[in-house]
Amino acid sequence: MLAFIVRRLAQALVVMVSVALIAFMLFQFVGDPVVFLLGQDATPEQVLEMRNELGLDRSFVVQFWHFLSNAVQGEFGMSIRQGTRVSRLIAERFPATLELALVAALLALVIGIPMGVYAALRRGSFLSQVFMTVSLLGVSLPTFLIGILLILVFAVNLNWFPSFGRGEITRIGWWTTGLLTAKGWHHITLPAVTLAIFQLTLIMRLVRAEMLEVLRTDYIKFARARGLTNFAVHFGHALKNTLVPVMTITGLQIGGLIAFAIITETVFQWPGMGLLFIQAVSFADIPVMAAYLCLVALIFVVINLIVDLLYFAVDPRLRVERSDSH
Amino acid sequence: MLIVLSRLKRVFDSDVGYSFRTSPTAIVAAVIALVCIFCALFANWVAPHNPFDLASLELSNARLPPAWSPEGSGNFPLGTDNQGRDILSALMFGARISLIVGFASVLLSVLVGVSLGLLAGFLGGWVESLLMRMCDVMLSFPAILVALLIAGVGKALFPHAHDTLAIGVLIVSISLTGWVQYARTVRGSTLVERNKEYVQAARVTGVAPLRIMRRHVLPNVLGPVLVLATIQVATAIITEATLSFLGVGAPPTSPSLGTLIRIGNDYLFSGEWWITIFPGAMLVLIALSVNLLGDWLRDALNPRLR
Repeated sequence: MLAFIVRRLAQALVVMVSVALIAFMLFQFVGDPVVFLLGQDATPEQVLEMRNELGLDRSFVVQFWHFLSNAVQGEFGMSIRQGTRVSRLIAERFPATLELALVAALLALVIGIPMGVYAALRRGSFLSQVFMTVSLLGVSLPTFLIGILLILVFAVNLNWFPSFGRGEITRIGWWTTGLLTAKGWHHITLPAVTLAIFQLTLIMRLVRAEMLEVLRTDYIKFARARGLTNFAVHFGHALKNTLVPVMTITGLQIGGLIAFAIITETVFQWPGMGLLFIQAVSFADIPVMAAYLCLVALIFVVINLIVDLLYFAVDPRLRVERSDSH
Repeated sequence: MLIVLSRLKRVFDSDVGYSFRTSPTAIVAAVIALVCIFCALFANWVAPHNPFDLASLELSNARLPPAWSPEGSGNFPLGTDNQGRDILSALMFGARISLIVGFASVLLSVLVGVSLGLLAGFLGGWVESLLMRMCDVMLSFPAILVALLIAGVGKALFPHAHDTLAIGVLIVSISLTGWVQYARTVRGSTLVERNKEYVQAARVTGVAPLRIMRRHVLPNVLGPVLVLATIQVATAIITEATLSFLGVGAPPTSPSLGTLIRIGNDYLFSGEWWITIFPGAMLVLIALSVNLLGDWLRDALNPRLR
């Protein structure tokens, strides 16, 4: 098991370094910071001096090393558009995105798993058919369209929910949260639902398929033969075993949630990292783009590691096989 | 002519043809997709107005509701947008750009992905490891993020020529994430095919490796690629729409469906829902019909289900 963890850690490191290299290349080949800092009509001497000061005259490897050591400390320089430190911008926006993604993930799990279980247990029933049809539509609808439709129905026509911003936020140290006030919850509802719908349909379909698969296996028949109640068979035996793949997908999807948050945040003007990133893209604000890229990669890698470790906690067979082979 | 007809008859009588004739979903989806493609291809002739002819636009016609509402005009069946463009015509021209980007990016990803997959599977060794690690890194990122990043870089590199290059940048940015799946699929099937007798026979008779790859292995690994490509057309169209909606895709001067939705989004709160909803509906219609066709094709080509 230790060997496995070490191997995964090494892989994670490779991914992070290659992402950092891509981010570094962005700095190298897109836009010239010297021209940006000095303006078009700087003298050649000024340019040379500036290049020296910024370390741009050193070798590629040395520069990359500087970039890496700064990046590890969370430092990506100044935002070209806003003139503030990128690390501060990201820290300001990070809580909003994380909150949105977590509420959406929770929503998707809490609604998706029971729906999937129901659709598997009562396969032919009317409600299951409705679930399946709706989920097909959910997969074909692009996220931004779902957001627009929700705004049209619940914000414009019914006027039940606000359609933009975080509402009231409370400060706890450097962290800001909207989840402590009723107004904050009111504001997060539509964006969270928008973000959750795609994941929800995915989780529901997955749970249904896995559940159907598990219900056919021998140990379920055996459990029934032992005279266990339906409830114990379905939830004690079957559901527990469907949760391993669900866990994998959910882990991967949290990364997806952060990516899709870009779209949701744009539709609802949610002041998170995604909105920051999309603004950076349209203004070619490279430092912000690079920082966002590295941060998202880090989140992905960490989530994948956690999912891998959770396997060992959930599935005892893995532990046995690993200790046998080594 | 006769040859074409007999070819067509052969397709019609084949297993896949039979499966198509007996699947109502596939027929409906194909009809919808064909109508959309027809309207998009011949938008110049089919569309009732030319939405890009600035001379014919009148601001007095701006933001008219669809024809069936009391203030609507029969001249503009689905209403007009903020500049007085006919929505129905804009839809047809928009669908053209969406479809061009969708098909072109899938074509490019198939070309790149299949070649690299074939190389990796056939050559093995460090070529294979390098390519597959590249795939792993690409797969650990959501496609939309990579596409956004490339679109952003494109914008930074060519700040002035952006409008004309936008479509090209879009196609490249979608393909750069698209090829991975083909490469993985093709590598998998190539590994299986490589050790079969017909490949060994070709090798023994001295056929050059490149020729073996192209003439012998390639035709045998294309089945899954076809299914994947169909479904990817829908994904690519949706990705394009998303990028355009976010403002990094097709420019307002040559709007795709996503750009139209973006334009209409500003008028959602003043009650002009049709500017957004019709392009949205068109997008869903195309994506859904292509997805259904892909599902059908997967089942039809799967020998286990025959």
